[in-house]
Amino acid sequence: MNLTTMVTMLLGGMGKSILIYFLTLLGALPLGLLVAFGRMSKVRPLQLAVKFYISVMRGTPLMLQLMVVFYGPFYLFKIPTGSGYRFAAVIIGFIINYAAYFAEIYRGGIESIPKGQREAAQVLGYSRPRTFLTIILPQMVKRILPATTNEMITLVKDTSLAFAISYSEMFTLAKKIASSHTTLMPFVVAGVFYYVFNFLVAFVMERCEKRLSYYQ
Amino acid sequence: MNILSMQNIRKSFGETEVLKDISLSVSEGQVTAVIGPSGSGKSTLLRCATLLETIDGGSIRYLDMEAAREEDGRAKYASPAVLKQVRACFGLVFQNFNLFPHFSVLRNVTDAPIHVAGRSRAEAEEEARVLLRRMGLEEKAGAYPGQLSGGQQQRVAIARALAMNPKMLFFDEPTSALDPELTAEVLKVIRALAEEKMTMVIVTHEMNFARLVADHVIFMDGGVIVEQGGPEIIDNPTQERTRAFLNKLEK
Ligand SMILES: Nc1ncnc2c1ncn2[C@@H]1O[C@H](COP(=O)(O)OP(=O)(O)OP(=O)(O)O)[C@@H](O)[C@H]1O
Ligand SMILES: [Mg+2]
Repeated sequence: MNLTTMVTMLLGGMGKSILIYFLTLLGALPLGLLVAFGRMSKVRPLQLAVKFYISVMRGTPLMLQLMVVFYGPFYLFKIPTGSGYRFAAVIIGFIINYAAYFAEIYRGGIESIPKGQREAAQVLGYSRPRTFLTIILPQMVKRILPATTNEMITLVKDTSLAFAISYSEMFTLAKKIASSHTTLMPFVVAGVFYYVFNFLVAFVMERCEKRLSYYQ
Repeated sequence: MNILSMQNIRKSFGETEVLKDISLSVSEGQVTAVIGPSGSGKSTLLRCATLLETIDGGSIRYLDMEAAREEDGRAKYASPAVLKQVRACFGLVFQNFNLFPHFSVLRNVTDAPIHVAGRSRAEAEEEARVLLRRMGLEEKAGAYPGQLSGGQQQRVAIARALAMNPKMLFFDEPTSALDPELTAEVLKVIRALAEEKMTMVIVTHEMNFARLVADHVIFMDGGVIVEQGGPEIIDNPTQERTRAFLNKLEK
């Protein structure tokens, strides 16, 4: 098997890895903000429930979580899951896991904004939503960008965990080809793919940081 | 006419009572200096007046609006709609400026007039430029707060507060975070406001300044007003505690 055929075979997997990546960010970045609000809520039961959710998401392997999301509905509740569910399970699993990490980053960012900022806005008459959206959020984004970049880089590599439920993304395919053709070549291709992907992510995030460096 | 009147204000943090039955009124055009040792409750008094802290007992009125009144021995606040109107009466200048670092100087001054007071951008910017000129900062309109000296930042903060056209201004130690040279430029601005009969309440440790601009001086200690009167009380205090504080300050 020559390299071109192999890369062609892997191409579909790459597309799927990229799809997992962006759908996860699309869901987890905003969901993380909601989770962070819950975590900072003054409603004690909500705060504790969210705290528990975060600790489970961070305290157990993502691979295990994917399996629970995929097999759970049927084995636990006897809900039949259709053939399309494998992909949905991957996305759901990644989103709820990453939302927990993002939530903690957001919370740290929000709590690091000096309380004088809120107070100045309050005295000037800003509403609470306006204070959050125009005073707190932009400053938070700048502060959390490096930590968020870290998570986004980890996510590129974590997409390979979808192999746990045999979703045919990049890594699952590479493994399959490697064992059927007894060659390590697919892993080399996979490695290059993840590296280049991350290189681009890091590049884009660095540009974002630069754009936000117009103040202090 | 009284712009602000606070009656029998009580405020505790947990077990410690920080304000003990304090009453204070401020009439139009008057400059009140609040002096007193550290921990006497000066900032807390200002924070209660500006609705950043809630009082436990007493009443707060601005003009004909009741922000909080005493009911069954406890303070009861007005509705959010009334409090919104009340907030439009005053501005507050903080010790550490609290400018919005991600906004340019101009936007710091125009953002609230546009988005809170609903003025047009053109009008707000025009007015902001006039204010910045008065503060000697017209060429800094496009700068960010982080690029300014402390004295310049504080003058932007004063412009930001003035841009909302408040009936009165509060200052909490506006020069305490500044070097002596920068202190002078900020005090000059405040003095100019006093000459224009801006109503102000100023917490300060600058006795020379208080003597110069204040119509009324309040000496606080331990959560009570120990002594108050004209600026002459700085030189001729009648209370032992005032005398002790002023002596210590001179050294
Ligand atoms: N948020 C708070 N929680 C608990 N205690 C507080 C709080 N704010 C102030 N205090 C306490 O209330 C007392 C009065 O504080 P305040 O800041 O009003 O004093 P101050 O007169 O402004 O002093 P300084 O000259 O140092 O600024 C102090 O004992 C302080 O420790
Ligand atoms: Mg103070």
